[in-house]
Amino acid sequence: MVLSNLTLRFKGQENDVVQDVSLRVRRGEILCVVGESGCGKSVTSMAIMGLLPKSATQISSGRMQISSDEWHLVTDRLPAALRGNEVAMIFQEPMTSLNPAFRIGDQIAEVVQRHRGGSRSAALDRAEVMLQRVGIANPTQRLREYPHQLSGGMRQRVMIAMALANDPQILIADEPTTALDVTIQTQILDLIGDLRDETGMGTIMITHDLGVVAEIADTVAVMYGGQIVEQGPVEEVFRNPQHPYTIGLMSAMPRLDRPGERLAIVPGTVPTISNMPDGCRFRTRCAFATSHCATRPQLTDVAPEHGVACHYVPLEKHVVVSA
Amino acid sequence: MLRFLIRRVLIALPTIILISIFVFSLQKLLPGDPLLILAGEERDPEVLEFLREKYRLNDPIPVQYLAWIGSALQGDLGTSLRTNQPVTELMAQKLPVTIQLAVMSMIFALVIGIPAGILSAVKKGTVTDYVANVVALSGLSIPNFWLGIMLILLVSVKWQLLPASGYVPLSEDFWQSIRTMLMPSFVLGTALAATLMRHTRSAMLGVLSADYVRTARAKGLSERVVILKHSFRNALTPIVTLTALLFGELIAGAVLTEQIFTIPGFGKLVVDAVFNRDYAVVQGIVLVTAVGFIFMNLLADMMYFVLNPRLREQ
Repeated sequence: MVLSNLTLRFKGQENDVVQDVSLRVRRGEILCVVGESGCGKSVTSMAIMGLLPKSATQISSGRMQISSDEWHLVTDRLPAALRGNEVAMIFQEPMTSLNPAFRIGDQIAEVVQRHRGGSRSAALDRAEVMLQRVGIANPTQRLREYPHQLSGGMRQRVMIAMALANDPQILIADEPTTALDVTIQTQILDLIGDLRDETGMGTIMITHDLGVVAEIADTVAVMYGGQIVEQGPVEEVFRNPQHPYTIGLMSAMPRLDRPGERLAIVPGTVPTISNMPDGCRFRTRCAFATSHCATRPQLTDVAPEHGVACHYVPLEKHVVVSA
Repeated sequence: MLRFLIRRVLIALPTIILISIFVFSLQKLLPGDPLLILAGEERDPEVLEFLREKYRLNDPIPVQYLAWIGSALQGDLGTSLRTNQPVTELMAQKLPVTIQLAVMSMIFALVIGIPAGILSAVKKGTVTDYVANVVALSGLSIPNFWLGIMLILLVSVKWQLLPASGYVPLSEDFWQSIRTMLMPSFVLGTALAATLMRHTRSAMLGVLSADYVRTARAKGLSERVVILKHSFRNALTPIVTLTALLFGELIAGAVLTEQIFTIPGFGKLVVDAVFNRDYAVVQGIVLVTAVGFIFMNLLADMMYFVLNPRLREQ
């Protein structure tokens, strides 16, 4: 799947919440989109899924391509026939994302019947197979249960079963582990990784947790203020972060190999969308910013497939780091 | 579920007892003497005294109450002081009328109120929403008697489509009975539809932004299924409660509407009884209405079980 140049704003606002965002996921690949709250990562995923209400959002540019199909997002959304079928999504809130009024078996069977047709009992059989695949014990019995009878981790498994029921090419996971206990988080991440290996689906994982990125991602896109500031293969970006924001994020992450060290922080907070500066949106918090940063830097490759949107890359050539 | 129901019935019992005591004593506090009406021109103290004894009006009030509630429990609500008919018989005559009117009004209310509520919630902030709200507000503010009179004037007098008044029992002539009841139930129904529409709208607005509605859209379901199945189903609880309460109110009678369309229902019966100090009739009707109300509430409670799976296992 390729998303190119997505730019959108909420109606009635002056600034774009997502600006010129391009993403690419190949088959069997996990792309992590990482950034602080409000950086536009969730909005981007909703836009890909076609879930943003037309009445409240205005998409001014963007194209999307899945296999051989292509859309202009300005005029078209992801067709409903592909939603839950070719492209599926799981959400941050497993506790509330399932409908409390219906049995989980019926909720999974519904999406199967919607896209594949067939009888209800065939769809329920498929639901049972899916529950088994996501590691739910006693799937036959669980099918007949309601969401409130399941724990948060189980509900997220059900959501994954529902999302994958029609063998999608693309899975979008919007912070799927944030609301879960740490032990469950790992289980869910492992499950997504295993299912990716089994099915060869491409995955876009939205997260604010670099630990998740390190554990599961093949490629990573770092977002700040609605822009992608750095993207590339995960080892490359972790080993050689170039954008000042990425460097800040990395040094804000606690490390087992350097115990006792004070964590660095990125000073300040993300400006609200109406107070976003022109040009590089990170410049109000950037230690290296100059007047030059008022023009918007383009993503430039510093290594194969490793792009950085900063005027001063490679950073070590432009600044002298005082030890 | 059975335990829950039994508990609800047990809670309802003291309510019914309290209501019966309240109704009974309130009657006693009213000025006026029923005997003077009963006796008419007769003012002979001995006759009055005889009547007082006969209707046990000389007993202490608690004793009177116990006697009344005792026979009420055996299905005897006493006899009307005025017509000497048993109260149960009087009510049995009116009840089918009132129930038919209530059911037809409720159908109007549901058929108009719920779709309008859903529509204005889905189209929130658009012209459709405003129009629906204005219509609902008019429905609430236009007095029933005025709407009734206007309808009679137009539909019956001018266009001569429907009978202006009267009542034909269902058993006598089914379609004629429905036809005569159309206008009064429309008048009652529109007022209720407005209330229902407002509640449906706010319940739907609460549900439409829920995460599981987003999930339903992410499944690629059609907007129809998203709204009517996934959203509406979860908005039903307050709507069911309200419907049960409104139905209870309808059973209690609609005095003005019955008066305008000259329908011999509960409303007219109770108003006449109050004016005539016909204690037994007033007490009987209020008691039966109160029990009906409580029953409707029980019914709503039972509906929650159907609607909300979370309640079932507790």
